[in-house]
Amino acid sequence: MELANIEQLIERYENAETSLKEEQVLKEYFQQENVPAHLSEYKAYFNYFSESSTERYTKTLPIKPRRTNWKWLSVAALVALMVSVYSINNSGKLSIEERQEAELAYQETQKAFQLISQNLNKGNSVAIAGLQEFEKAQNKVFKSKK
Amino acid sequence: MQQKEFLHKVLPFKDKVYRLAKRLLVSTDEAEDATQELYLKLWKNKHKLEQYKNVEAFAMTMTKNYCLDQLKAKRSNNLTLVHSNYKDNNISLQRELELKDSVSKVHDLIETLPEKQKIIIQLRDVENYEYEEIGKILDLQPTAVRVALSRARKTIREQLIKQHNYGIS
Repeated sequence: MELANIEQLIERYENAETSLKEEQVLKEYFQQENVPAHLSEYKAYFNYFSESSTERYTKTLPIKPRRTNWKWLSVAALVALMVSVYSINNSGKLSIEERQEAELAYQETQKAFQLISQNLNKGNSVAIAGLQEFEKAQNKVFKSKK
Repeated sequence: MQQKEFLHKVLPFKDKVYRLAKRLLVSTDEAEDATQELYLKLWKNKHKLEQYKNVEAFAMTMTKNYCLDQLKAKRSNNLTLVHSNYKDNNISLQRELELKDSVSKVHDLIETLPEKQKIIIQLRDVENYEYEEIGKILDLQPTAVRVALSRARKTIREQLIKQHNYGIS
Protein backbone atom coordinates (compact mmCIF):
# COMPACT_ATOMS: atom_id res chain seq x y z
CA MET A 1 0.00 0.00 0.00
CA GLU A 2 1.45 3.37 -1.00
CA LEU A 3 2.08 6.02 1.57
CA ALA A 4 -0.02 8.64 -0.19
CA ASN A 5 -2.84 6.19 -0.31
CA ILE A 6 -2.58 5.52 3.42
CA GLU A 7 -2.54 9.21 4.21
CA GLN A 8 -5.63 9.70 2.15
CA LEU A 9 -7.30 6.81 3.91
CA ILE A 10 -6.42 8.28 7.29
CA GLU A 11 -7.99 11.57 6.36
CA ARG A 12 -11.17 9.86 5.29
CA TYR A 13 -11.00 7.72 8.39
CA GLU A 14 -11.00 10.79 10.59
CA ASN A 15 -14.03 12.12 8.77
CA ALA A 16 -15.71 8.76 9.44
CA GLU A 17 -16.11 8.13 5.72
CA THR A 18 -14.23 4.87 5.47
CA SER A 19 -15.89 1.49 5.13
CA LEU A 20 -15.11 -1.38 7.47
CA LYS A 21 -12.89 -2.92 4.78
CA GLU A 22 -10.82 0.23 4.45
CA GLU A 23 -10.45 0.45 8.20
CA GLN A 24 -9.21 -3.12 8.20
CA VAL A 25 -6.58 -2.09 5.62
CA LEU A 26 -5.43 0.70 7.93
CA LYS A 27 -5.26 -1.63 10.92
CA GLU A 28 -3.20 -4.14 8.98
CA TYR A 29 -0.92 -1.44 7.64
CA PHE A 30 -0.06 -0.21 11.13
CA GLN A 31 0.61 -3.73 12.34
CA GLN A 32 3.91 -3.72 10.49
CA GLU A 33 7.14 -2.60 12.12
CA ASN A 34 8.48 0.22 9.94
CA VAL A 35 5.93 2.99 9.80
CA PRO A 36 6.96 6.52 8.66
CA ALA A 37 7.84 8.79 11.58
CA HIS A 38 5.06 11.30 11.00
CA LEU A 39 2.49 8.51 11.25
CA SER A 40 3.97 6.85 14.32
CA GLU A 41 1.23 7.99 16.68
CA TYR A 42 -1.30 6.23 14.51
CA LYS A 43 0.55 3.00 15.08
CA ALA A 44 -0.25 3.05 18.77
CA TYR A 45 -3.76 4.14 17.96
CA PHE A 46 -4.65 1.34 15.57
CA ASN A 47 -2.75 -1.30 17.46
CA TYR A 48 -4.73 -0.43 20.54
CA PHE A 49 -7.95 -1.33 18.76
CA SER A 50 -6.59 -4.56 17.38
CA GLU A 51 -5.36 -5.49 20.81
CA SER A 52 -8.46 -4.58 22.77
CA SER A 53 -10.68 -6.58 20.44
CA THR A 54 -8.93 -9.74 21.62
CA GLU A 55 -10.11 -9.36 25.20
CA ARG A 56 -12.40 -12.18 26.28
CA TYR A 57 -14.98 -12.77 28.93
CA THR A 58 -13.63 -15.77 30.80
CA LYS A 59 -16.07 -16.27 33.66
CA THR A 60 -18.87 -18.76 33.23
CA LEU A 61 -22.34 -17.37 32.81
CA PRO A 62 -24.83 -18.14 35.60
CA ILE A 63 -27.44 -19.70 33.35
CA LYS A 64 -26.68 -23.39 33.73
CA PRO A 65 -27.23 -23.82 37.52
CA ARG A 66 -30.63 -22.23 37.19
CA ARG A 67 -31.57 -24.82 34.66
CA THR A 68 -30.72 -27.80 36.89
CA ASN A 69 -33.03 -26.29 39.48
CA TRP A 70 -35.85 -26.55 36.99
CA LYS A 71 -34.99 -30.16 36.31
CA TRP A 72 -35.15 -31.13 39.97
CA LEU A 73 -38.34 -29.16 40.43
CA SER A 74 -39.99 -31.11 37.62
CA VAL A 75 -38.82 -34.40 39.14
CA ALA A 76 -40.31 -33.42 42.48
CA ALA A 77 -43.56 -32.39 40.81
CA LEU A 78 -43.73 -35.73 38.99
CA VAL A 79 -43.22 -37.66 42.25
CA ALA A 80 -45.92 -35.64 44.00
CA LEU A 81 -48.30 -36.21 41.10
CA MET A 82 -47.72 -39.97 41.08
CA VAL A 83 -48.22 -40.27 44.84
CA SER A 84 -51.48 -38.33 44.71
CA VAL A 85 -52.83 -40.33 41.74
CA TYR A 86 -51.94 -43.59 43.50
CA SER A 87 -53.67 -42.61 46.74
CA ILE A 88 -56.81 -41.36 44.95
CA ASN A 89 -57.08 -44.63 43.01
CA ASN A 90 -56.70 -46.64 46.22
CA SER A 91 -59.33 -44.72 48.15
CA GLY A 92 -61.88 -45.37 45.37
CA LYS A 93 -61.63 -49.16 45.76
CA LEU A 94 -62.98 -50.82 48.96
CA SER A 95 -61.98 -54.30 50.08
CA ILE A 96 -64.69 -57.01 50.57
CA GLU A 97 -64.52 -56.84 54.36
CA GLU A 98 -65.00 -53.10 54.33
CA ARG A 99 -67.94 -53.49 52.00
CA GLN A 100 -69.64 -56.00 54.30
CA GLU A 101 -69.03 -53.83 57.31
CA ALA A 102 -70.55 -50.85 55.54
CA GLU A 103 -73.61 -52.94 54.58
CA LEU A 104 -74.06 -54.02 58.19
CA ALA A 105 -73.80 -50.47 59.45
CA TYR A 106 -76.39 -49.38 56.87
CA GLN A 107 -78.85 -52.04 58.02
CA GLU A 108 -78.31 -51.18 61.68
CA THR A 109 -79.02 -47.53 61.00
CA GLN A 110 -82.10 -48.43 59.01
CA LYS A 111 -83.38 -50.46 61.98
CA ALA A 112 -82.75 -47.65 64.40
CA PHE A 113 -84.69 -45.20 62.21
CA GLN A 114 -87.58 -47.70 61.98
CA LEU A 115 -87.71 -47.96 65.75
CA ILE A 116 -87.75 -44.18 66.19
CA SER A 117 -90.55 -43.69 63.69
CA GLN A 118 -92.72 -46.43 65.26
CA ASN A 119 -92.36 -44.93 68.73
CA LEU A 120 -93.10 -41.50 67.40
CA ASN A 121 -96.39 -42.79 65.94
CA LYS A 122 -97.29 -44.29 69.32
CA GLY A 123 -96.73 -40.93 70.98
CA ASN A 124 -98.94 -39.30 68.38
CA SER A 125 -102.07 -41.33 69.37
CA VAL A 126 -101.43 -40.67 73.07
CA ALA A 127 -101.21 -36.94 72.43
CA ILE A 128 -104.47 -36.93 70.46
CA ALA A 129 -106.26 -38.78 73.31
CA GLY A 130 -105.00 -36.13 75.73
CA LEU A 131 -106.31 -33.38 73.52
CA GLN A 132 -109.81 -34.95 73.43
CA GLU A 133 -109.77 -35.12 77.24
CA PHE A 134 -108.93 -31.44 77.36
CA GLU A 135 -111.76 -30.55 74.99
CA LYS A 136 -114.27 -32.40 77.17
CA ALA A 137 -113.18 -30.41 80.21
CA GLN A 138 -113.38 -27.17 78.25
CA ASN A 139 -116.91 -27.89 77.11
CA LYS A 140 -117.93 -28.48 80.69
CA VAL A 141 -116.53 -25.10 81.73
CA PHE A 142 -118.25 -23.18 78.99
CA LYS A 143 -121.58 -24.96 79.71
CA SER A 144 -121.43 -24.10 83.40
CA LYS A 145 -120.83 -20.46 82.54
CA LYS A 146 -123.85 -20.28 80.30
CA MET B 1 -37.10 -21.16 23.79
CA GLN B 2 -34.80 -23.96 24.86
CA GLN B 3 -31.56 -23.35 26.65
CA LYS B 4 -29.49 -24.66 23.76
CA GLU B 5 -31.20 -22.37 21.29
CA PHE B 6 -30.87 -19.47 23.70
CA LEU B 7 -27.16 -20.00 24.21
CA HIS B 8 -26.63 -20.45 20.50
CA LYS B 9 -28.30 -17.13 19.84
CA VAL B 10 -26.81 -15.17 22.68
CA LEU B 11 -23.34 -16.50 23.46
CA PRO B 12 -21.51 -15.40 20.28
CA PHE B 13 -21.53 -11.76 21.38
CA LYS B 14 -20.70 -12.21 25.05
CA ASP B 15 -17.19 -10.84 24.54
CA LYS B 16 -18.58 -7.79 22.82
CA VAL B 17 -20.93 -7.17 25.71
CA TYR B 18 -18.07 -7.57 28.13
CA ARG B 19 -15.77 -5.22 26.25
CA LEU B 20 -18.43 -2.54 25.96
CA ALA B 21 -19.14 -2.85 29.68
CA LYS B 22 -15.47 -2.60 30.43
CA ARG B 23 -15.08 0.43 28.20
CA LEU B 24 -17.79 2.22 30.15
CA LEU B 25 -17.27 0.89 33.67
CA VAL B 26 -13.46 0.68 33.46
CA SER B 27 -12.98 -1.96 36.16
CA THR B 28 -12.76 -5.60 35.13
CA ASP B 29 -14.85 -6.81 38.07
CA GLU B 30 -17.66 -4.43 37.36
CA ALA B 31 -17.63 -5.31 33.70
CA GLU B 32 -17.89 -8.99 34.59
CA ASP B 33 -20.76 -8.29 36.95
CA ALA B 34 -22.51 -6.26 34.28
CA THR B 35 -22.10 -9.05 31.75
CA GLN B 36 -23.55 -11.57 34.18
CA GLU B 37 -26.41 -9.28 35.02
CA LEU B 38 -27.17 -8.70 31.38
CA TYR B 39 -27.24 -12.39 30.53
CA LEU B 40 -29.52 -13.05 33.46
CA LYS B 41 -31.85 -10.39 32.12
CA LEU B 42 -31.73 -11.91 28.65
CA TRP B 43 -32.42 -15.37 30.09
CA LYS B 44 -35.38 -14.09 32.07
CA ASN B 45 -36.80 -12.40 28.98
CA LYS B 46 -35.94 -15.23 26.61
CA HIS B 47 -39.52 -15.63 25.41
CA LYS B 48 -39.47 -12.02 24.24
CA LEU B 49 -36.23 -12.40 22.31
CA GLU B 50 -37.96 -13.99 19.35
CA GLN B 51 -39.76 -10.73 18.70
CA TYR B 52 -36.51 -8.92 18.02
CA LYS B 53 -34.98 -9.25 14.60
CA ASN B 54 -31.51 -8.37 15.79
CA VAL B 55 -30.91 -9.86 19.22
CA GLU B 56 -27.32 -8.69 19.26
CA ALA B 57 -28.22 -5.04 18.71
CA PHE B 58 -30.89 -5.38 21.38
CA ALA B 59 -28.39 -6.86 23.83
CA MET B 60 -25.87 -4.12 23.09
CA THR B 61 -28.52 -1.48 23.75
CA MET B 62 -29.34 -3.18 27.04
CA THR B 63 -25.66 -3.27 27.96
CA LYS B 64 -25.25 0.40 27.19
CA ASN B 65 -28.30 1.36 29.24
CA TYR B 66 -27.32 -0.85 32.15
CA CYS B 67 -23.78 0.53 32.27
CA LEU B 68 -24.92 4.14 32.05
CA ASP B 69 -27.36 3.47 34.89
CA GLN B 70 -24.55 1.97 36.93
CA LEU B 71 -22.38 5.00 36.29
CA LYS B 72 -25.16 7.35 37.28
CA ALA B 73 -25.76 5.45 40.51
CA LYS B 74 -22.07 5.47 41.29
CA ARG B 75 -21.71 9.16 40.65
CA SER B 76 -24.51 10.02 43.01
CA ASN B 77 -23.12 7.69 45.67
CA ASN B 78 -19.45 8.50 45.61
CA LEU B 79 -17.30 11.52 46.02
CA THR B 80 -14.69 11.86 43.32
CA LEU B 81 -11.09 12.56 44.06
CA VAL B 82 -9.77 15.45 42.03
CA HIS B 83 -6.09 16.16 42.23
CA SER B 84 -5.55 18.87 39.71
CA ASN B 85 -2.85 20.55 41.82
CA TYR B 86 -0.64 17.55 41.52
CA LYS B 87 2.58 18.30 39.64
CA ASP B 88 5.02 15.77 38.37
CA ASN B 89 8.66 16.86 38.22
CA ASN B 90 10.06 13.69 36.80
CA ILE B 91 8.84 14.29 33.29
CA SER B 92 11.58 12.56 31.39
CA LEU B 93 11.02 9.25 33.15
CA GLN B 94 7.30 9.57 32.70
CA ARG B 95 7.72 10.29 29.01
CA GLU B 96 9.82 7.22 28.67
CA LEU B 97 7.20 5.06 30.31
CA GLU B 98 4.46 6.64 28.28
CA LEU B 99 6.24 6.02 25.03
CA LYS B 100 6.83 2.47 26.11
CA ASP B 101 3.16 1.75 26.56
CA SER B 102 1.70 4.29 24.22
CA VAL B 103 -1.06 1.78 23.70
CA SER B 104 -2.34 2.41 27.21
CA LYS B 105 -2.14 6.12 26.43
CA VAL B 106 -4.73 5.61 23.74
CA HIS B 107 -6.83 3.83 26.34
CA ASP B 108 -6.58 6.80 28.68
CA LEU B 109 -7.48 9.20 25.90
CA ILE B 110 -10.60 7.24 25.04
CA GLU B 111 -11.38 7.31 28.74
CA THR B 112 -11.67 11.10 28.63
CA LEU B 113 -14.17 11.16 25.76
CA PRO B 114 -17.86 11.83 26.38
CA GLU B 115 -19.83 8.64 26.95
CA LYS B 116 -21.61 8.67 23.61
CA GLN B 117 -18.37 9.02 21.67
CA LYS B 118 -16.78 6.37 23.87
CA ILE B 119 -19.53 3.90 23.02
CA ILE B 120 -19.42 4.71 19.32
CA ILE B 121 -15.67 4.35 19.05
CA GLN B 122 -15.88 1.06 20.94
CA LEU B 123 -18.58 -0.29 18.66
CA ARG B 124 -16.93 0.89 15.44
CA ASP B 125 -13.19 0.57 15.93
CA VAL B 126 -13.06 -2.41 18.26
CA GLU B 127 -16.18 -4.38 17.36
CA ASN B 128 -16.41 -3.33 13.69
CA TYR B 129 -20.12 -2.64 13.53
CA GLU B 130 -21.66 -0.90 10.51
CA TYR B 131 -22.98 2.62 10.98
CA GLU B 132 -26.55 1.41 10.57
CA GLU B 133 -26.08 -1.14 13.35
CA ILE B 134 -24.58 1.41 15.70
CA GLY B 135 -27.47 3.71 14.91
CA LYS B 136 -29.89 0.94 15.83
CA ILE B 137 -28.10 0.19 19.09
CA LEU B 138 -27.94 3.81 20.18
CA ASP B 139 -31.19 4.93 18.59
CA LEU B 140 -29.42 7.49 16.42
CA GLN B 141 -29.33 8.36 12.73
CA PRO B 142 -26.30 6.87 10.93
CA THR B 143 -25.18 10.38 9.99
CA ALA B 144 -25.23 11.40 13.65
CA VAL B 145 -23.08 8.35 14.39
CA ARG B 146 -20.60 9.43 11.73
CA VAL B 147 -20.39 12.95 13.08
CA ALA B 148 -19.78 11.78 16.65
CA LEU B 149 -17.28 9.18 15.51
CA SER B 150 -15.35 11.69 13.41
CA ARG B 151 -15.25 14.04 16.38
CA ALA B 152 -13.97 11.30 18.68
CA ARG B 153 -11.27 10.15 16.24
CA LYS B 154 -10.05 13.68 15.66
CA THR B 155 -9.95 14.40 19.39
CA ILE B 156 -7.85 11.33 20.06
CA ARG B 157 -5.48 12.08 17.18
CA GLU B 158 -5.03 15.71 18.29
CA GLN B 159 -4.32 14.65 21.85
CA LEU B 160 -1.86 12.02 20.69
CA ILE B 161 0.03 14.49 18.52
CA LYS B 162 -0.03 17.08 21.30
CA GLN B 163 1.48 14.67 23.78
CA HIS B 164 3.96 13.49 21.20
CA ASN B 165 5.23 16.99 20.38
CA TYR B 166 5.28 17.96 24.02
CA GLY B 167 7.56 15.03 24.70
CA ILE B 168 10.02 16.03 22.00
CA SER B 169 10.30 19.75 22.70
